[in-house]
Amino acid sequence: MTDEMMIEVANLTKRYAGKTAVEDVSFTVGRGEIVALLGPNGAGKSTTMRVLSCFMPATSGLARVAGLDVATHADEVRRRIGYMPENNPLHLDMRVREYLKFRARLKGLTYSRARERVESVIVQCGLTEAAKRIIGQLSKGYRQRVGLADALVHEPDLVILDEPTIGLDPSQIRAVRQLIKDLGRRHTVLLSSHILPEVELTCNRVLIMREGRILAADTPDNLQKGMGSHGQIVAEIAAPLEDLRNCWEQMAGVADYEIAAAEGEYHRCCLTSANGVDLRERIFKLAAERGWKLRELSRQRYSLEDIYIRLTRPQSEEEVS
Amino acid sequence: MRAYLTLTRRELAAFFFSWIGYIVIAGAVFLMGMSFVTLVSSLEGVPTFLPITELFLRSIYFWLILLFSAPVITMRLFALEKSSGTFETLMTTPVSDLAVVLAKFSAALILFMIVWLPLLGFILILRYFAHDPTLFEEGTLAATFLGLFLLGALYMSMGCFASSLTGNQIVAAMITFAIGLGLFILSFAADRFAVDKSWSAATLNYVCLRAQMEDFVQGVVDTRWLAFYATSSAFFLFLTHRVVQSRRWR
Repeated sequence: MTDEMMIEVANLTKRYAGKTAVEDVSFTVGRGEIVALLGPNGAGKSTTMRVLSCFMPATSGLARVAGLDVATHADEVRRRIGYMPENNPLHLDMRVREYLKFRARLKGLTYSRARERVESVIVQCGLTEAAKRIIGQLSKGYRQRVGLADALVHEPDLVILDEPTIGLDPSQIRAVRQLIKDLGRRHTVLLSSHILPEVELTCNRVLIMREGRILAADTPDNLQKGMGSHGQIVAEIAAPLEDLRNCWEQMAGVADYEIAAAEGEYHRCCLTSANGVDLRERIFKLAAERGWKLRELSRQRYSLEDIYIRLTRPQSEEEVS
Repeated sequence: MRAYLTLTRRELAAFFFSWIGYIVIAGAVFLMGMSFVTLVSSLEGVPTFLPITELFLRSIYFWLILLFSAPVITMRLFALEKSSGTFETLMTTPVSDLAVVLAKFSAALILFMIVWLPLLGFILILRYFAHDPTLFEEGTLAATFLGLFLLGALYMSMGCFASSLTGNQIVAAMITFAIGLGLFILSFAADRFAVDKSWSAATLNYVCLRAQMEDFVQGVVDTRWLAFYATSSAFFLFLTHRVVQSRRWR
């Protein structure tokens, strides 16, 4: 149990009446990391976050935040966590500054400290123009910032954000993403998301969950390597279809291929390499030998999206395919 | 303690942000006015030796205010937070469940007492025109307001409990109204059995709100009623606390 660990979760299980939401989950998050929980709806992301934020206790297993057990030191843990639940619930009848002050006071800040912190998160989250407005009249993007400001107002060590970008437009998503990246300098961040490019850009590490279990936990890069480092090769070659077929059948290291007609005499070939061999050189040599015209030769790496889809696909579907 | 005060203030402010506060006060003033009118017309030419506060209590309007204001004041306390999800943000701040329950209860009770303030005005008007300083007896008035406070505490704690059970404000209001009305109707049952010497009559007499309030408005503070209201309010607050805690083991 070192100081370096912000979150330690060991064999965590949470059962609701008759339903297991999280089963035997273990992971750790180091201080200063930005970690994403990824998974389809009902995978247990929100439940994990609710346990960590001391909203409800786990059925069994251990969860610690900054070395403190969430079951026995709930108040201390809550002081160290800034939590923004799914759908970002706010008191819609209050004004932004008033709401943040109320939240800061609830979280135990003294009057003068609360005032100071509220002003600073208002600037940090870009709420200066909206500070006097009623939350119910704000746009979704602004509300999201109010939620973030609330999570940050008491300077928590750990920020837990459940779907922070859901329902935002692309420019708002970009703004929130930048905010989260900035947070990583001072806080540890655990967030959940459906939006994969976003996670790829902001997070150091990804935990992929399905049906209450963690399927994979690694950096986005390592996850891609784990899927086969070279992924798919795309080659556009001007050659007769039959010849191409024969070549790919015979070429060593080709696990699978697909050929589609492109414009003119070109064919677009997607090759999957077996055991991670880089096929590009062989394809180039082949084209050169035969005198075929080659206008594209590229390697497509698996995106996080492919990894996610492959890992979270229900078992039955996998068996069929 | 700081969290309790912050929350109480917020809850009290919310009544006036959402208009519920104004609507309840307006409704109560209207009913008190009605009761005042009947009272004045009944006093015309006929002298009475009853305290003025008791005359107010004897009209049905007094009970209507209690029965209707309790559900309206308390319905949003927990139900709204549950349906909007702010319950989760509230419960992940370092505030104890007990502080949350007590803060919401206190705010409701304070609003309930504010609702009754116009009664003072009506009594002052009567005193002014009756040219009779004895009409306004501090002791009786204080006992009346103590009675109102205790009655309010019981009904507000019932409302807290009902609101904590559900995420729907209308359901919460209906439950509060049903329990409140049921308790009130027991008073009449007590009247009926009053001559009887059976144990049921004796029990009903202890929960006879009307008889208890009659004591208070006459300036009599009976410790039995103090104990009854204190324990029953505490009981409902205890139930509310358990319901709020139930998310931990459900």
